[in-house]
Amino acid sequence: MESTGSDSNQSSFNTSATTSPSSTYEIIDLCLLAGKIMLQSGAETYRVEDTMTRMAASLGCPGAHSYVTPTVIMFATSRTEPAKLFRIAERTTDLQKVSEVNDISRRLSQQLITAEEARVRLGTVDDAAHAYPVWQQIVAAALTGACFTVMFKGSLWDALPALLVSGLGYAAVIYLHRLVQIRFFAEFSASFLIGMLTFFSVKYGIGQEMDKIIIGSVMPLVPGLLITNAVRDLMAGHLVSGLSKGADAFLTAFAIGTGIGLVLSLL
Amino acid sequence: MILQLITSFIAAATFCILFNAPKRALLQCGTAGMVGWVVYLLLDERWDTVIATFFATVVVGVVSQMFARSFKMPVIIFSVGGIIPLVPGGLAYDAMRKFVEKDYIDAVQIATQALLLSGAIATGLVLSEVLGQSIRRKSR
Repeated sequence: MESTGSDSNQSSFNTSATTSPSSTYEIIDLCLLAGKIMLQSGAETYRVEDTMTRMAASLGCPGAHSYVTPTVIMFATSRTEPAKLFRIAERTTDLQKVSEVNDISRRLSQQLITAEEARVRLGTVDDAAHAYPVWQQIVAAALTGACFTVMFKGSLWDALPALLVSGLGYAAVIYLHRLVQIRFFAEFSASFLIGMLTFFSVKYGIGQEMDKIIIGSVMPLVPGLLITNAVRDLMAGHLVSGLSKGADAFLTAFAIGTGIGLVLSLL
Repeated sequence: MILQLITSFIAAATFCILFNAPKRALLQCGTAGMVGWVVYLLLDERWDTVIATFFATVVVGVVSQMFARSFKMPVIIFSVGGIIPLVPGGLAYDAMRKFVEKDYIDAVQIATQALLLSGAIATGLVLSEVLGQSIRRKSR
């Protein structure tokens, strides 16, 4: 998360050469920050690259290049400048942040705000937490699970256990992920829990069709969107991003499938 | 059918909460999801699932672009909500479960279908984007 520290030191060397309102290092810093927020929030690859080059162009670097994969951003302001890179470790989906960065970059290119204002606003966006508290997310996941059970032709009676199971499953993912940093284990244990809970709810007559309850309950966890984004990146020619997003999606699906499969083979 | 309408609306809107969509966009996200799911259900009766998904996604894309223009937010917020009911997450899970259960033939079959469906969704989104761009260019 340290993108600014070294850059601001280096920009002091550069003061004599600048005629434009902001130095090259400041431009790089601003673009990398915007790119970082977008990529961590799950924006598509082409959108991240596009936003960064557009911001650089509006700040006086029309020939900027950026290369983005799910784990790294590389950015150069021109062909002769050395490229800067930024490592991305954690990725989620956060539509609020994507839309705010989009908005800031649009205002910047329309000259409605200055580079300095853009930096301050990007900083606040970067620090912002999830807009919904954890309990609301869990309730939302519970409702999602129940609705998907009905959508996959489950009966209304199965929606009730699905409501409970998916809420508990999602809560398990959130808390386990805080406990263990490896997402695979969080997803694996949560889906194991989902499988167990569903089995007992069917055994004690709360639910009827085990399959429908399970498939509805794992929907908040499954990587459907990730698969679609992967294919979309591949089609747009972002081969590395597409393949790595596909691998990410495969791992998640594998974790969930194994968790449920373990329950089914144990019982 | 009415039950499907209600559940798909709630499912898409609540999924968008998990994705931290802005609060004022939740109703539109739900609507986009509902429209997509209804189109899918209607087409799925007569045609292949992949084709139904494709056309449903195109409709979702067009609706999302309309929302994006009138509410001045990026398209991705609405299109994500819209395609949530259509994405083959359930199938991906199903395929993996078959793998774990050593039912390899079914697993590969389901995984292929999931891949085809996500291809259909991606193509549908790109197509609706291209359509939207060309319409915008004409109206200027």
